Amino acid sequence: MNDRPKHGWIYTTVFSIISLIYISPILMILMNSFKKKAYINRMPFQMPNEKTFVGMENYVEGLRKTDFFSAFGYSLFITIASVAVILLCTSMCAWYISRVHTWYTKAIYTLCLISMVVPFQMVMFPLSKISDMMHLGNPVGIILIYLGFGAGLAVFMFTGFMRSVPIEVEEAAMIDGCNPIQTFFRVDLAMLKPTLVSVGILETMWIWNDYLLPSLVLDLRKYKTIPIAIQYLKGGYGSVDWGAMMAMLVLAIIPIIVFYLCCQKYIIKGVAAGAVKG
Amino acid sequence: MERAVKKYFAIFALPTLIAFVIGFIAPFIEGVYLSFCEFTTITDAKFVGLKNYLRVFEDPTFIHSLWFTALFTVVTVVLINVLAFTVALLLTKTFKGTNLFRGVFFMPNLIGGIVLGYTWQLILNGIFGLFDRTLTYSASYGFWGLVILMCWQQVGYMMIIYIAGLQSIPGDLYEAARIDGANSRQCLFRITLPMSMPSITICTFLTLTNGFKLYDQNLALTNGQPSDMTEMLALNIVNTFYGRNGWEGVGQAKAVIFAILVAILALLQNRMTRSKEVQQ
Repeated sequence: MNDRPKHGWIYTTVFSIISLIYISPILMILMNSFKKKAYINRMPFQMPNEKTFVGMENYVEGLRKTDFFSAFGYSLFITIASVAVILLCTSMCAWYISRVHTWYTKAIYTLCLISMVVPFQMVMFPLSKISDMMHLGNPVGIILIYLGFGAGLAVFMFTGFMRSVPIEVEEAAMIDGCNPIQTFFRVDLAMLKPTLVSVGILETMWIWNDYLLPSLVLDLRKYKTIPIAIQYLKGGYGSVDWGAMMAMLVLAIIPIIVFYLCCQKYIIKGVAAGAVKG
Repeated sequence: MERAVKKYFAIFALPTLIAFVIGFIAPFIEGVYLSFCEFTTITDAKFVGLKNYLRVFEDPTFIHSLWFTALFTVVTVVLINVLAFTVALLLTKTFKGTNLFRGVFFMPNLIGGIVLGYTWQLILNGIFGLFDRTLTYSASYGFWGLVILMCWQQVGYMMIIYIAGLQSIPGDLYEAARIDGANSRQCLFRITLPMSMPSITICTFLTLTNGFKLYDQNLALTNGQPSDMTEMLALNIVNTFYGRNGWEGVGQAKAVIFAILVAILALLQNRMTRSKEVQQ
């Protein structure tokens, strides 16, 4: 596929323009976050001028209304902790499933496949009641729920990889006196790194942006994640403070862009690799 | 070795299994059971047989959201895949900046549905505002608004998958075709497309399930306005649960139907596109 078009610069120019249009929604949010709220909804395409410019007022107002930084903290904690737990537990589980062949390992695997297709609405009501009963409605308890609900995809992807690991290497390690735990952590985990990155990125994208699950499970008087904080900015019957909304959208997008710029290479590779196995 | 590993069940498999039971298996079974019950909480559930299911099909909002979702899914599956494949074809040519452009196209995917919904609400309302309309003026505005949002979000993701697929096609196939006198159109339809079938399978699967399960974007962009006309299945189910008293059982029955629909669609789609895949 490496045919070089004769007029490469035309492609470059056209795609530069398309790219600019493509990111313009984000630039619009940024631009509007500095405008007086009365002008945002009426004329969103106008640059702020002396009459409409308000400086950081929207940000101050938004932060006051949403307690954004605590939401950011909860989002960060829940995402990092859940992904870490998912990676550790499901990779171990997947290894066990692919090395021990009995009826119950097969059953676990099949159930994982099923759980990938089932929509969240199917389990949401019982799940929210169960988590209430077990007092999981806090940032630590929700990790367990994310582990359970995210296990399907993760186990599926890890098992796909484990099947390609030569079993002789593990046998050699065991003969040298490793027990299964040492074998897994010293031999397999090193080979598993690319898959860990793929699964980690897919689960991070999911948990960071998830709205419905935490909004049903968490005790919302105490804990809000970023998507919940933004959704709650909207008052009853569609009255939205668009100034605060713009400012909070900007604050919600910034960490994502920073994360993306830092690990773009891994994210794109991870998505491509994840899809091939999916 | 298997016997040695087997003893370590409690360490390797048990933590995930417990969480899986709490997070998925138990609620799933409970959910199926509750769909045959009348209840407001789990503890006061009373078995009523198929009554909930009968009420589901008497509910016009459900039928409407079902058709709305089906139409939306068909439109987005076609649009997203055609666009993503075209962009992938163009961005695998060699010219300056392809990596940057790929990065730009992918980025919206990382932004969550709620944030995207409000972002596009502003922009679409701004555009419709030029004609003295709003996004919630009619259902078709909301429909196409959602379609644009979904394309914007997902084209980049599917493009990455298609690019990975395109890059794994061996170059000597094209060389051989060129020696045989094939033009670039023949190359596209006889080599590129058939060889991309695995990625097409994955991408149609992903866009299909994403479209069908769409919730966050729907909630943030239109929230079903005007008068529930742009309500998709997932939103309809949540609203049945938490917006209408005495309808919890019906909501659960809807959710079961929803799950069955998604499963059937996924299976059908898989069988259809897999059969078109070629062996390398």
